[in-house]
Amino acid sequence: MSEQLLAQLINGLLIGCMYSLIAIGLTMIWGVMNIVNFAHADFLMIGMFTSFWLYTLYGVDPLLSIPVCGVLLFLLGWIIYKFVVSKVMTGPALAQVVVTFGVSIFIANAAVFLWSPDFRMIEKPLLQGSWIMGPVRLSIPKAVASIGSIAITLALFLFLRKTKTGKAILAVEMNRSSALLMGINTERVNALSFAIGSSLVGIAGAFLSMYYYIYPQVGGTFGLLSFCIVALGGFGSIEGAFIAGILIGIVQTLGGYYFDPAYKYAIVFALYLVTVWIRPQGLMGW
Amino acid sequence: MTAGPVLDVEGITKRFGGLTANEDVSFTVNQGEILSIIGPNGAGKSTLFNCITGFYRPDAGKVLFRGKDITTASAHKICKLGIARTFQIVQVISDMTVLENVMTGTFLRTYDRKKVREKAGEILRFAGLYEKRDFLGTNITIADKKRLEVAMALGTEPTLLMLDEAMAGLTPVELREMIGLLRKVRENGVTLVIVEHVMEAVMQLSDRVVVINSGRKIVEGAPADVVRNPEVIQAYLGDRYNAGN
Amino acid sequence: MKKPTVLQAVFYAALLAALLAFPLVVKGTFPTHVMIMVFLFAMMGVAWNILGGYAAMFSFGQAAFFGIGAYTSTILLMNYNVNPWIGLVAGGVLAALMGAAIGIPCSNLRGHYFAIASIAFAEIVRIHFNNWKFVAAAEGLSLPLLPDSLKNFMFHSSKAPYYYIILVFLLLSVLICWYISTNRMGFYLRAIKESHELAKGMGISFVRYRLYAIMISAFLTAMAGTFYAQYILYIDPESVLILPISVQVVLVAMLGGAGTIIGPVIGAAILLPLSEITRVWLGYKGTGVDMMIYGALIMVISAYQPQGVWGYLTSIRRRAK
Repeated sequence: MSEQLLAQLINGLLIGCMYSLIAIGLTMIWGVMNIVNFAHADFLMIGMFTSFWLYTLYGVDPLLSIPVCGVLLFLLGWIIYKFVVSKVMTGPALAQVVVTFGVSIFIANAAVFLWSPDFRMIEKPLLQGSWIMGPVRLSIPKAVASIGSIAITLALFLFLRKTKTGKAILAVEMNRSSALLMGINTERVNALSFAIGSSLVGIAGAFLSMYYYIYPQVGGTFGLLSFCIVALGGFGSIEGAFIAGILIGIVQTLGGYYFDPAYKYAIVFALYLVTVWIRPQGLMGW
Repeated sequence: MTAGPVLDVEGITKRFGGLTANEDVSFTVNQGEILSIIGPNGAGKSTLFNCITGFYRPDAGKVLFRGKDITTASAHKICKLGIARTFQIVQVISDMTVLENVMTGTFLRTYDRKKVREKAGEILRFAGLYEKRDFLGTNITIADKKRLEVAMALGTEPTLLMLDEAMAGLTPVELREMIGLLRKVRENGVTLVIVEHVMEAVMQLSDRVVVINSGRKIVEGAPADVVRNPEVIQAYLGDRYNAGN
Repeated sequence: MKKPTVLQAVFYAALLAALLAFPLVVKGTFPTHVMIMVFLFAMMGVAWNILGGYAAMFSFGQAAFFGIGAYTSTILLMNYNVNPWIGLVAGGVLAALMGAAIGIPCSNLRGHYFAIASIAFAEIVRIHFNNWKFVAAAEGLSLPLLPDSLKNFMFHSSKAPYYYIILVFLLLSVLICWYISTNRMGFYLRAIKESHELAKGMGISFVRYRLYAIMISAFLTAMAGTFYAQYILYIDPESVLILPISVQVVLVAMLGGAGTIIGPVIGAAILLPLSEITRVWLGYKGTGVDMMIYGALIMVISAYQPQGVWGYLTSIRRRAK
């Protein structure tokens, strides 16, 4: 294996871990409610800006903003569910598809209005620079974010399998009407899943703010990428989304390296279209 | 009309992964008769039904419709050839009126909107739904939906009508009406295959009964003979009566 | 079909007369421009409706067809000196073929899944055009200026000819949509919307009818794209191939009433003046404000009035009977 390729693979892996963290929240909401949160990546943007402003105004390092973002986005998710999404759960299919699109457009443009469309960066986060190991440069914030992403995925996994609330969420995901019959408050489970999914992407935003540009439209690309990841992993499958996230990160990096960087996302979208054609249930879904 | 049976099912086998849902099932349906397929839950009746109507592709065996091999034909082509079906979980077009629902069926044979409308109206009168023609599909009772489904199927002008549990959940009065409707359908020259749980309807309607258990055909014969068959009683009725008493 | 009453006939005749007289009576180019945008998006909304409203294929990728239409006629005109009217047809055909190419892999996708696939498709097209030297990539294309004439599809002295052309396009689209909805195809699309299983059971090839719907919708949307190019005289990927165009098309249809013939026209009549006026009124200071209003509108409509304005009016009328 050439050193270049190794470097690209590692880079792809690190990007992929971040994608996974972004996508697991989305897949969870999708699996439980059969609703796609098109505003998911705009929640990511809110997480990034929260981290940015905490740093710029109060000098709080992004690392410390992680829990703040988690809590803030949990609340935001809960509110959006209660006041917007829950209203369409029994409505026509079109309303269910477009409602979160509205949320997305609103949030992204509110951010443009409030903070201008400029690109920003956190200048001197605690974690910066790279470890140089032979030919490979390992960006420290990316590496830490990846470890964080794996840890959070594991935590979510344990939460769903071991706690009563988590099991209730899984029960609703498997069969909503039976869960209702068994006395599970599905409305509460919906709100909770939406909030947890949002919280996870908020945390991803704090991690991402350590090394990525922060701007109101940042959600655009990440949003579509996370849909592709979720579809690839099998809708609603958390482990599927995790693996697919890493896969997409690698495909994107290698595609950009060997083919043309301008087309790296196009390659991913094409991969998505091919996947839903051949296996509408996703790579790991049933 | 072609001589010989309307439908000839030869050795249908269908597997899902390791599970064999149908194994080597064969039977024939003759012109103008009503044949019932019965069997306990999970016996493979619906799978068989879906193999015949092109919704599943059998792993082995053949389905001949008026002598033509339709085993690998797609579902919509099978309908065009003259086999109409209804669904176990009733399906009507919810945001169309009752009349429009039937028109969707009658459009299969002609583009002419006026003819389609007239024909659909006739079918609705025949099915006793004409008074409700302007109701939305979503706003009628389950019993009416089941009738409407039959009417929609008749709209496609089938030679063979296949009903998947058309009687389930009907009240005794509704059941009588449905039985009456199906008899009228048969009098008009349509052959019927019904997959059914409601034994009252099976006994009253069927000329012949095919019993399926664990994916295989165990008995075939006249309804009165079939219910006396010890194998059937053990496999199907036995369970039920034991559980009931 | 029900015959329109005398009152309705008079109303429609009066409306048509008012629309025909508009550019002659109203002074200033801005009102005419707004009306042109209304008709343009109404046309695209009607085209979307054939897909999304009737067959429940919620496309968020209409910008791809719009852009293909705009680019095809423009490239043909610039590089090969092909008359824009021929370019219009060529763009429509190309868009319809692209629609079929994307429709086949998506033939089993419904709801969210179709929506996402349509975005992915449109994004691939946008990324490609942004990097494609043949179409000047991100630089965009300025149309060569030709003398005013209907044959050249270009008018510099007045917007009125554009107004009448797009009005005719819109009426044509409405007519096509009306024809589809009252004939076999409309019934079949609505059956497909209900369920693919049901459609198959009634002898309907859902794959084929979905393809027809995409191709017709793509053709009409591409026509709108060619019109846009001939009207604005400059196109680049970020003005004709972007997601906000697709979103606006969906919103137009939904606001007016998805699945109704006239709904998208009403939706465009409400939305486009709102967006054009906020854009002029707020200018650069209002960056994002018009889109914020869109976002809020989408939320409110889907949560509280998903049938749209026309759907709401119809339901009132039904109750009043």
